[in-house]
Amino acid sequence: MNSPAGKLVTSRSELNIEDYLLSDSSINEPRGKLRLRDLLDISPTLTEAAGAIVDDSFTRCFKSNPPEPWNWNIYLFPLWCCGVVVRYCILFPLRCFTLAFGWFIFLTSFIPIHSLLKGHDRLRKQIERVLVEMICSFFVASWTGVVRYHGPRPSIRPKQVYVANHTSMIDFIVLEQMTAFAVIMQKHPGWVGLLQSTILESVGCIWFNRSEVKDREIVAKKLRDHVQGADNNPLLIFPEGTCVNNNYTVMFKKGAFELDCTVCPIAIKYNKIFVDAFWNSRNQSFTMHLLQLMTSWAVVCEVWYLEPQTIRPGETPIEFAERVRDMISLRAGLKKVPWDGYLKYSRPSSKHSERKQQSFAESILVRLEEK
Amino acid sequence: MGNTSSMLTQYDIEEVQGHCHDLFEQQEILSLYQRFCQLDRNAKGFISSDEFLSVPEFAMNPLSQRLLKMVDGLNFKDFVAFLSAFSAKASLRQKVELIFKVYDSDCNGKVSCNDIMEVLRDLSGSFMSDEQREQVLSQVLKEAGYTSDSFLTLEDFVKVFGSSGPEMDVEIPVD
Repeated sequence: MNSPAGKLVTSRSELNIEDYLLSDSSINEPRGKLRLRDLLDISPTLTEAAGAIVDDSFTRCFKSNPPEPWNWNIYLFPLWCCGVVVRYCILFPLRCFTLAFGWFIFLTSFIPIHSLLKGHDRLRKQIERVLVEMICSFFVASWTGVVRYHGPRPSIRPKQVYVANHTSMIDFIVLEQMTAFAVIMQKHPGWVGLLQSTILESVGCIWFNRSEVKDREIVAKKLRDHVQGADNNPLLIFPEGTCVNNNYTVMFKKGAFELDCTVCPIAIKYNKIFVDAFWNSRNQSFTMHLLQLMTSWAVVCEVWYLEPQTIRPGETPIEFAERVRDMISLRAGLKKVPWDGYLKYSRPSSKHSERKQQSFAESILVRLEEK
Repeated sequence: MGNTSSMLTQYDIEEVQGHCHDLFEQQEILSLYQRFCQLDRNAKGFISSDEFLSVPEFAMNPLSQRLLKMVDGLNFKDFVAFLSAFSAKASLRQKVELIFKVYDSDCNGKVSCNDIMEVLRDLSGSFMSDEQREQVLSQVLKEAGYTSDSFLTLEDFVKVFGSSGPEMDVEIPVD
């Protein structure tokens, strides 16, 4: 009843992780009559498993790089202590003050504008855009952010989306300071959620819930509607779906690439000498992450706006996504890995292990025929 | 954060090295310790099944459940001892011994036909029927001189593998 002919067709729309991992798989090599030793020899599978335990490319993507301690020395240690004092007792209060000041200006302008100009949507949106850009600049100033932008600035045109690699939620703030994007984000709890529902609502944000499976279609529709509207702010999407440590890129989700519009890639690279901007959401809350940034010397990063791309004839959305990922990884000097970022939250689907089982079963059965 | 703040002393490293019969260099033990602490998220001193399964490459492996039974809850010393069979310096016998232990899930020192069937089932999944598996098994057993009631010991395994041992080397990245 069970026939091994259940062929899993690897269409062009699926990237084969196995090709990446087992470029020289030895499972299928021996030929000839089947012997007991061939059956008992599970060493290739065991070696793969042990190799994965010892090191794997997925965990490497989410490894924080803590700064190397350099203060173990009689003269360096006092210097480092001075640095700590400056950072925590001088810079940090200054930055808090700047941020509070910025918030004050923002709120005293935003709230009246939001309620008074309710009828004049166009004007209201324009002013709110400027205000959001302003508060983001204040945020960036509060970490002494030094951001260099390369390439033409984003323009407000219909039928285009912007995609960028994702390291931390501050990516959004760094980009928003230049252009008021609308963004698609996971709804967060706490004060971040409050900001999301009030201020980001005004630039036109779309919410999704990672754990809701049916959510995907609803969100896809919202994306399509947003992109069609001429008046909406340009949409910014982080197709990795999760924060990665700015040394690697994980696979891009195809949602942004099947909206039938131009995709403008943005590459972001943080300079690790000053601070490691990777937000390891499993280890830190966003508040702690912000505090860490505010007590570091500076956040230095480069932003490249790359050439807009459209899907080529005969190209699937996944191939298109990979092509854009190539561009971004090349520009920002990141290594590509073939993993889905959501594996951070869930186990890989059984079809991967099924594929291995299938190739093993086939190799055994083929040799069973040989006499 | 996720990385270890406690360092291994020279004594610790030598103790672990002794426990794994000097099959790893000291640098490799340090790398393994870093990896151990990375996988052991809340510094409990061992890695739970869940944490092993969070490595997608491991979770995708058909033998992952069997291996989990062997590695779940090991402290660092035993973790290194388990991995020592994969060192390039390990002897043929040590590698065969590990394979034997994977088959012998009830740890009674004997591998029955049923045990081999179980592993075969893990490896081939739904792509081979039970009849096909029985057929394969009885064919190779007969050819090697065993019956379906035979029990294989470690010595039998060593004999079957002969002088060309299994290729089971894993390189520990040292950075």
